[in-house]
Amino acid sequence: MRAYLSVWKLRFINGMQYRTAAVAGIATQLFFGLIFIMVYVAFYGQGSSHTNFPLPDLVSYVWLQQIFLSFIMLWFRDNEIFALITGGNIAYELCRPCGLYPFWFAKLVGQRLSSAVLRCFPILIIVFFLPQPYRLSPPPSPAAFALFVLALLIGLVLVVSVSMLIYISVFWTLSPTGSTLMISVAGEFFAGMVIPVPLMPVWLQRVSDFLPFRWSADFPFRVYSGQIPASDALWGIAAQLAWIAVVVGFGQWSMRRALRQVVVQGG
Amino acid sequence: MRLYFRYLSILFKSQLQYRTSFWLLTVGQFFVPFSVFAGLYFMFDRFGQLREWSFFETALCYAIIHMAFALSECFVRGFDAFSGLISRGDFDRLLVRPRSTALQVLGSQFEFTRFGRLLQGIVVLAWALYKLPIEWDAAKAATLVLMILGGVLIFAGIYVLFATLCFWTVQGLEIANIFTDGGREMAQYPLNIYQKWVTLFFTFIIPFACVNYLPLLYLLGRADGDPVRYMLQPLAGILFLLPCLLVWRIGVRHYRSTGS
Repeated sequence: MRAYLSVWKLRFINGMQYRTAAVAGIATQLFFGLIFIMVYVAFYGQGSSHTNFPLPDLVSYVWLQQIFLSFIMLWFRDNEIFALITGGNIAYELCRPCGLYPFWFAKLVGQRLSSAVLRCFPILIIVFFLPQPYRLSPPPSPAAFALFVLALLIGLVLVVSVSMLIYISVFWTLSPTGSTLMISVAGEFFAGMVIPVPLMPVWLQRVSDFLPFRWSADFPFRVYSGQIPASDALWGIAAQLAWIAVVVGFGQWSMRRALRQVVVQGG
Repeated sequence: MRLYFRYLSILFKSQLQYRTSFWLLTVGQFFVPFSVFAGLYFMFDRFGQLREWSFFETALCYAIIHMAFALSECFVRGFDAFSGLISRGDFDRLLVRPRSTALQVLGSQFEFTRFGRLLQGIVVLAWALYKLPIEWDAAKAATLVLMILGGVLIFAGIYVLFATLCFWTVQGLEIANIFTDGGREMAQYPLNIYQKWVTLFFTFIIPFACVNYLPLLYLLGRADGDPVRYMLQPLAGILFLLPCLLVWRIGVRHYRSTGS
């Protein structure tokens, strides 16, 4: 366990070095957030009767998405592991005296966390002081906030475990482009990245309920705005944990199978 | 110009060498913006319309900007991937050849898989045009083509501008995404739904409005005043590209090799 913790820490510190990239990222995310909100404001502005998802909730949904982008994107600049598998350097990784699955897992969590920590505070400060209707409103109660943090962190574990499946699939396909592209596009759609899940048609919401993607992004953000009340939130967290158990179990099983037949191309 | 087509055919052949990967990526590129379009569709499904714009009018707007984006990503990719050329020091080789640097960088890379994205734009365009009651004449058809071409020029200008910055920063800048991806995301909706400052910025600094929103008004018969004024708006794309190329030449003069 200590080894994984230090891998996590190294990655975290490594990620914290890219400060210029973070500044550029902050500007980009502020811009995208503003544009998205303007589009939604225009949609809402026509005297709508669609009250199941009020505008302030939607605004905090969009901002949280932008702030915690690195927590929820399935696709997150980590070509390193792909290169390891296709380039044959995986051999070195196998020599290490620790399990490959938890090793990569810790690495990925650290990477995402550092990127979010670098970016979230400046954006948070800015969006709390924007003029209405663009301002991020605080959560309705301390309980909602605590549940949000909990759900977000569990969601991070969930999204990393799903992305681990993508890496493991490369053991078989050897080419990360085609299949991963499709998975990440579909995953981000069902996580509410294109349009928020509550604004989808009902049948599509049902579909996303049965997929893991929604639980890592859409769910914590709606807990934040109090749209999902505390009692339901606890059930949601249980669903998250169940998904993690399934996905991690499947991931470890398929990784063992993949490693049994791995062929390292010499060179 | 002949040289450009030579580059084009050579790179096309080289990309076709990896046939499966090529087709998979093309198909993937077809589906990537598909989820964005699905989002657009579902929003209209729920809200009916966006201010005074109907779904098919917005779809037309979407199709035009996405086609322009796909074409520019395919043909101006060389500038988009320019930071690699600089940091590897490969730019030195281009400098000693007796041809213009802009042309050579342009020819250094093409992304033909972007045709998948283009195809998606064409499908949406055809659908929107089929459903919209536009009375077509030669002038309107010409405007439509000009809109797409103008859009390509603007995206090209942005790529050139940010490639030029690489002369000083060596690394590519993520902030360019605001203007390419962000510009695309923004311009897929009619521009008058945004705040004033966004509209002004994207009309007079980076003239997305001139290739999309303003001529669109004319196409849909909503423009008042002289139609020629609206038709010629997409030429702003050229006005935008020219200073970008000028900056490029200044950048080349300031180039210092990384030496690697």
